[in-house]
Amino acid sequence: MTTIVLESVSRWYGNVVAVNDVSITVGPGITGLLGPNGAGKSTLISMMGGFLAPSTGTVTLDGGPVWRNPEIYRTIGLVPEPEAMYDMVTGQQFLLANARLHGLADAGAAARRALEAVDMVEPSDRPIATYSKGMKQRIKMATALVHDPSVLLLDEPFNGMDPRQRLHLMDLLTRLASEGRTVLFSSHILEEVEQIAGTIEVLVAGRHAASGDYRRIRRLMTERPHQYTITSSDDRRLAGALVAAGAADGVTVGAGALAVQTSDWGRFVHALPRVAREAGVRLLEVSPADESLESVFAYLVAR
Amino acid sequence: MSTVVGLTVRGLLGRRRSLLLVVLPVLLLVLAGLTRWASEGSVAASASLTGGFAMGTLLPLMCLLIGTGVIGPEIDDGSIVYLLAKPLPRRTILLAKLGVGLVATVVFAVLPVMASAAIAGDEDLKLTAAYGLATLLAGIAYTTVFVALSVLTRNAVIIGLLYALLWETVLGGFVPGIRAVSVRQWALAPAEALLGDNAKAWGVESAVSVPVGLSLLAVLVVGATWLAIRRLQTLRLVTAD
Repeated sequence: MTTIVLESVSRWYGNVVAVNDVSITVGPGITGLLGPNGAGKSTLISMMGGFLAPSTGTVTLDGGPVWRNPEIYRTIGLVPEPEAMYDMVTGQQFLLANARLHGLADAGAAARRALEAVDMVEPSDRPIATYSKGMKQRIKMATALVHDPSVLLLDEPFNGMDPRQRLHLMDLLTRLASEGRTVLFSSHILEEVEQIAGTIEVLVAGRHAASGDYRRIRRLMTERPHQYTITSSDDRRLAGALVAAGAADGVTVGAGALAVQTSDWGRFVHALPRVAREAGVRLLEVSPADESLESVFAYLVAR
Repeated sequence: MSTVVGLTVRGLLGRRRSLLLVVLPVLLLVLAGLTRWASEGSVAASASLTGGFAMGTLLPLMCLLIGTGVIGPEIDDGSIVYLLAKPLPRRTILLAKLGVGLVATVVFAVLPVMASAAIAGDEDLKLTAAYGLATLLAGIAYTTVFVALSVLTRNAVIIGLLYALLWETVLGGFVPGIRAVSVRQWALAPAEALLGDNAKAWGVESAVSVPVGLSLLAVLVVGATWLAIRRLQTLRLVTAD
């Protein structure tokens, strides 16, 4: 049972703040690190993996420091995001080299076990340069598993995988977590994360925006204020009617369109046609203003 | 250690540019043969080829190829993470890679320079021994500096090339003030001493004395190694996300 604790961790590069005052405790089970591109997920994983010093704050693994402490790699298995590996050697040789670098007693057996876990035994006598993207991803996974680590850190592991490979990796991660390991992976796709992660940590623009199981994250994302843009035959009249009916929290009359904000979108979409008809206003266009994932994330940060 | 060495050797020799490691020494040996044929084995002509082209231009270039080839590409593409994410002192990783670089320097640069001196013209292999010593010392310094440079900056090849060509070859050869702070001059000092009376006749001259040359080389090599280890211990590895 291994726990990684981040306490008030920030990291900046010059004037750019990549990670801003994040405190997270990652324990056994699967944790999904969710956030849009550029949110600082890789920076955070680099700090957990000892490849980057926090500008302020501390990262510890079972109480010990992570930075400048290569001993942590007996406990941590790392799946980096870059695809580059030692292309000129075969998968088998690469796994063997990794096992030897860990100083394992029976490096050959460990390499074989890891290759079996990712279903790469058969192509393992070919040079890595000849592998497909998915195969490289599995070899990366095998190198992280070769020393049977109790913590697994994966940076965007599902990138470039086809659906079958994705399912296979999800099964593997779930199995590893059920054995009591601490598994953390990053992703920018909510559906990916909520399928297997027991805990979801949402990171947006370097900030720790939300934390919880997938139900809580889902709820946060749907119960936020919604924005609609409406054009009608008489915007001012409709605005007044919407506010009077209590269907909207705020209405802004702009040039040729209404911007409507509501925290209860179910009520709003039911009320809108009725209010418009009663007021004698013809609706020309109703469109949600910001349903992109980024805006959903942005809301979570601003909250 | 041996695993790092194995991967490094495969990385160094497995790339296409490793062909240059063979082509350049062969070119030198051809030139040495031509020099012998043209000057009928004159030791002065041999010394001019060895001291000028071989030691002044070829050696720094070969060391640049080797020094930036043993660790730089892995840092550039991020695959170094597979070595760094292991319970190994970073010192061990750097020293193993530096060791491969130094052995390659002897095999692909120092030995060919010696062979070239012997082929182009020599007297009882005196010149061969003197330039063997000088290129060995300079080669160790160059390769160590270029390995350190690869860890310190992603522009190691460009910076190293400017240094090797401008500083060591052009300025170090001619400008008196710079001559005294050039690896080439430091390494030539013991060669000059080794040749004794012949040194002046064959044009093997150094701008510094033997103790000064050797201590400056030692400081440079130890300093560069220390710096490289320090830097590898705190090497940032993060992809833009």
